[in-house]
Amino acid sequence: MSAYTETTHHGPAKGWTRWILTTNHKDIGTLYLVFSLIMLFVGGSMAFVIRAELFQPGLQLVVPEFFNQMTTMHGLIMVFGAVMPAFVGLANWQVPLMIGAPDMALPRMNNLSFWILPFAFAMLISTLFMAGGAPDFGWTFYAPLSTTYAPPSVTFFIFAIHMMGISSIMGAINIIVTIFNMRAPGMKLMDMPLFVWTWLITAFLLIAVMPVLAAVVTMMLMDIHFGTSFFNAAGGGDPVLFQHVFWFFAHPEVYIMVLPAFGVVSQIVPTFARKPLFGYQSMVYATIAIAVLSFIVWAHHMFTVGMPIAGELFFMYTTMLIAVPTGVKVFNWISTMFRGSMTFETPMLFAIAFIVLFTIGGLSGLMLAIAPADFQYHDTYFVVAHFHYVLVPGSVFGIIAGVYYWLPKWCGKMYDEKLGQWHFWLSFIGVNLTFFPMHFVGLAGMPRRIPDYALQFADFNMLTSLGAFLFGTTQLLFVYIIVKTVRSGKPAEQLPWEGAQGLEWTVPTPAPYHTFSTPPVLGEK
Amino acid sequence: MRRLLHLFCLALVFIPEPLLALEFNMPRGVTDTSQSIFGLHMTIFYICLAIAIIVFGVMFWSIFHHRKSKGAKAAQFHGNVLIEIVWTIIPLIILVLIAIPSTMTLVDMYDAGESDIDIQVTGHQWKWHYKYIGEDVDFFSILNTSREEIENRKKKNPNYLLEVDNALVVPINQKIRFLFTSNDVIHAWWVPDLAIKKDAIPGFINESWTRINEPGTYRGQCAELCGKHHAFMPIEVKAVPEAEYLAWLDEQKAAKLAVAASAEKDWSMDELMAAGATVYEKNCAVCHQADGSGMPPAFPPLNGSAIVQGDKVGHIEIVVHGRLEKGMPAFGEQLSAVDIAAVITYERNSWDNQTGDIVTPAEIQAMMEKE
Amino acid sequence: MKRWLKPSTPTGLMLIVVLMFGFGFMLVPLYDVFCEITGLNGKTRGPYQGEVNAATNQNQRMVTIQFVANRNDNLPWGFDPDQEEIQLQIGERKQTTFRVSNTYDQAVVAQAIPSVSPARAADYLNKVECFCFQRQPLDAGQSKDFPLVFFIDPDLPADISKLTLSYTLFDITNPASARTH
Repeated sequence: MSAYTETTHHGPAKGWTRWILTTNHKDIGTLYLVFSLIMLFVGGSMAFVIRAELFQPGLQLVVPEFFNQMTTMHGLIMVFGAVMPAFVGLANWQVPLMIGAPDMALPRMNNLSFWILPFAFAMLISTLFMAGGAPDFGWTFYAPLSTTYAPPSVTFFIFAIHMMGISSIMGAINIIVTIFNMRAPGMKLMDMPLFVWTWLITAFLLIAVMPVLAAVVTMMLMDIHFGTSFFNAAGGGDPVLFQHVFWFFAHPEVYIMVLPAFGVVSQIVPTFARKPLFGYQSMVYATIAIAVLSFIVWAHHMFTVGMPIAGELFFMYTTMLIAVPTGVKVFNWISTMFRGSMTFETPMLFAIAFIVLFTIGGLSGLMLAIAPADFQYHDTYFVVAHFHYVLVPGSVFGIIAGVYYWLPKWCGKMYDEKLGQWHFWLSFIGVNLTFFPMHFVGLAGMPRRIPDYALQFADFNMLTSLGAFLFGTTQLLFVYIIVKTVRSGKPAEQLPWEGAQGLEWTVPTPAPYHTFSTPPVLGEK
Repeated sequence: MRRLLHLFCLALVFIPEPLLALEFNMPRGVTDTSQSIFGLHMTIFYICLAIAIIVFGVMFWSIFHHRKSKGAKAAQFHGNVLIEIVWTIIPLIILVLIAIPSTMTLVDMYDAGESDIDIQVTGHQWKWHYKYIGEDVDFFSILNTSREEIENRKKKNPNYLLEVDNALVVPINQKIRFLFTSNDVIHAWWVPDLAIKKDAIPGFINESWTRINEPGTYRGQCAELCGKHHAFMPIEVKAVPEAEYLAWLDEQKAAKLAVAASAEKDWSMDELMAAGATVYEKNCAVCHQADGSGMPPAFPPLNGSAIVQGDKVGHIEIVVHGRLEKGMPAFGEQLSAVDIAAVITYERNSWDNQTGDIVTPAEIQAMMEKE
Repeated sequence: MKRWLKPSTPTGLMLIVVLMFGFGFMLVPLYDVFCEITGLNGKTRGPYQGEVNAATNQNQRMVTIQFVANRNDNLPWGFDPDQEEIQLQIGERKQTTFRVSNTYDQAVVAQAIPSVSPARAADYLNKVECFCFQRQPLDAGQSKDFPLVFFIDPDLPADISKLTLSYTLFDITNPASARTH
C-alpha cells in the first residue's frame, strides 16, 4: 500500500472553484452523477404531470398542448439528461479505477464535456417559458410536425441537442482513448472487467451515431430557416427520410442506454454469487454482436410507414436475431448465480430485478419485432410499456445498483442496508405497478401520447398513475440514503463486499483523490 | 394457402374463450387478417411465457438453494462451450419457427389483387376525410363527443372519444382498398378490429386492404402524434350488408343535392343561430374556444373582434378563404353554404357581439360564384 | 512523467465523428437512390426519355389506373382529375387532364408532388408529359387544364391490376416562410 501514501502531494482545490475547474476523474464523475440525479427529478416531475392528467379520463389539469410538451420534455430529459450522463459519471469514476489508470486520458476535455451539459439543459428547459411553448412533437420529433408545424422554440431545441451531442462525443472519445492507452501494464483487452468492455463498445456506438443525430437536426434547422427541403415533400424531400435518419441514430442510442447497465450487472452478480462470471468471452462477443446488429434494425420502428415487403421482412428478421446475443447474456448471468453462494444486499437485489424485468422488456421486444403483429402494437401503450421496462428497471436499476455497489469505495462510508432494502422493494413494486398495466391498455387499443382516453382504459390507467406516484416518491428515499451515507454513514471497509474482485477494490477506502499514479502490477493483491 | 395459415395460427391458440371478453388483450377482430395476427400474437406470447418460466425458474431455484445463509459453497466453473453453443442454437430455431407464420401473414397483407371499393382516407389536423373513389361521395368525419363531457361537466357516454359525426360506411364481404394520405402532418389510421394501422403522410400515398366478415361498428383512433388534438380524431367504421351500403350511398348522393337545394330556401335568424352553434362547436371551438375568447397570440378571440363586428364581406372572406399563413383553414372547401352562413350569423350574434346581422346561404353562394 | 497518450487515437476518433456527420447527410442521396431502385414510397421518375412504342396492341392485359388530387394545407385551389378512373392496356399511351383553378385572392405558385400506390408499381408508370415536372404559377381566380401523358410499362408485375396515382399540390409561393402556429 505504500504506493498510495505518497499520492497526497496535492488534494482537491478548496472552495467552489474546485468543481468548476476540476480535471479529476472522480470529481467529474461525481458532477455527472449529481447532475443526472437532478435531471431524474426534473424529468420525473414531468412524468408526474403526465400521470396526474391520465389518472382519470377527461381533461382535468393541463391543456393538450402542455401535455404534449410534457411528454416530449420528459423523454428528452430522461434520455439525454438522466440516463446517459449517469453512465458517463459511472465511467468517469470506475474506468480509470478498474483499468489501473491515474485519470482519464484527456482531463481538460473531460471537464469541458461535463460543463456543456448544464447549459444545454438550461436552454432546453427554458423553452417551456417561451412564446408558443416548449417542443411538443414527441422525443422522436417527426417531420413535418417538428419543422413546418413546430413552435418557434424548436431552434433552441436543435441547439440544445447539438450541445448534448458534442458533450457525449467528447465523453466517448475520452473513454476510448483512456481504455486503449492507459490500461495497467499487462492488462490485455480480454482481461478487462465487463463494465469497461461494455463502455468501450458503448463509446464506439456514441461516436458513430451522435454525429448522425447532429446531421438530422442540422437538416431540420436548414429546412426551417434556410428554405431547404430535406423533409418537405413540396421541394422534393420526404418526411419518411427523417424517420430513417432519426432511427439510424436512435436504435443504437437505445443500446447506448443499456449496454453499460449490462456491464454493471456483470460486475455485481459474480461478487454476490462469490463465483466468477460465467462465459466472460461470450459476454464480450454478445455485446459486440448486439452493437453491430443495432445498425441494421432501425426500420422496425417504422413498420407502418408503408415499406415494401422486402424491407419489412429484412428488418423483422434482423430484429429477431438480436434476441440471440441478448439471450446469451441473460443465460450467462443466471449460470453465474447457479451453484454460487449468494447473499442479497441492495446492489444484488437491483441487479436481480434488472435481469428479470429487462428480460420481460426483451420478450415484449421480440413480440414487437414481428412485423404483422406490430401493426397492432405500434404507437400504443404496449410500446410504452416495452421501452419503459428496458429503460427504468433496465438502465435506471442498473445505475442504482452500480451506485450502491461502488458508493462505499467512493465516499468511504457504508449506506444503511435496511433503508436500501426498503428503497429496493418500494421501487420494485412501484415500477411494476406503473408499467405492467400499460401492456394491457396498449393491447386493448390505447394509443400513446394522448392526454385523454376512452372509458375502457380507465381502470388500468388509474393503477399506472398510482404506481408512478409510488415509484417517483420512493426515489426521494434514494436521495435521503445517499445524503445520509455521505454525512453520517459508518466507515466502510477496504473491501466492503466479500466476493468483490478487481483493481478498484485494491485502492484504500475512501478512494484517495489520486490513485494509480504508479501503475499497479497485475496479479499482486 | 391462406386457410392453411389460419388453421396453423388458430391451432396454436388455446386461450380459453371467456378470457377474451376482458379488455386486456388484443382484439380478435373481424377480418381474416386480424384473426391471423391475433393468432401470431398469442403464439409468440406463449413462447415468451414458456421461455420466461424456464429461465426465471432456474434463476429462482438457484436463488433459493444456492444462498450463503443455507451454507452453499460457491463452485468455481466459469464456462462450458457445449452449453453455450446449445443456448445459442435453440433460440435460433425458435426464432425461425416464429418467422415462418409471420412471413406468411405479411405476404397475405401485401396482396395487391383486384379490389371492389376504393376509399381515400386523408388525415387533417384534427379530423379525417373520406372519399369514395368513383362515387362522388366524400365527407369529413369529426369527433362527436361534447366539450362538456371532455371537461367533466357531464357524464361520459360509453363511446366517449370514440364517436364521430359521420361514420365511414362500408359493405361486408367485399375487398376494400384504403388509400392513405395527409393534408398537413403525419397521422396514422388505426382500427384494431380490422388490424389496419397505416401512416398518412403528406405528399405520399399508402395503401392497405380489408375484407370485413361481420357487420358492426368498429372504432379506432389516430395513432401518430399529430399535434395538440391528436387524442381527439377518432375513427368509426360501420360495416353493413351490401344492400344497406348501396342504399346509404344513394342517400349520400341525394343528401348532397338536398344541401344544395336548402341553400335556396329562406332561413330565419333562429334557424341559422341553432345550426351555427353546432357548426361552431365542431369546427371553430377547438381554436377560438367555445366562449369566443380564442387563445392569443396563435388564435385570435372572436368575441369583440373587429372583423366579426365589422363589415360582413370581410368576415365571410376570412371564413371562406381562410388565413392560411396563420393556420385558419379555408372553410369554403369544407363546409356547405348553409353551414358557413349559419356559423357566421352565430359568430356575429353571440357573446358580446350583437350586430343583429343575418348572413344567408344565398349571400355566401353569390360570393363564391362571383369568383 | 510518462507520456500515456499516443496522439493517434483521439485524432482517429475525431475523424470517425466527422465522417459519420457526413454520412448522416450522405443518407439523403443514398435514400433517393434506394427509393429509385425499389420504388419505395411510390416516388415516380422524371420525364420518360425513351421511345414510346404505341404499337404494343398484341398485349391484351388491362389495368385500372385511378387519379387522386389533394391540396396540402387546404390550399385554396380547385384541383380535380377529369376522370377518376381509366381502364387501359399496359403499354398503351394515354392522355388525361387535371382541372385547376386558383380560388384565392392572390397569385399562388404551386408544385404538384406525385406518388403511386402500390409503391412497387411506381417504377412502371412512365410519364411522358406531366405538370408535376414544373412549378405552376396561377394568378388570382385563374383556371387551367393540366395535361398528363403517360403509359404503363409492359413489365408491370402480374399481380398488380389497379394502381393509384396521387398528386398533392403544395403552396411554394414563399418557400422559406414556415407556417407559424
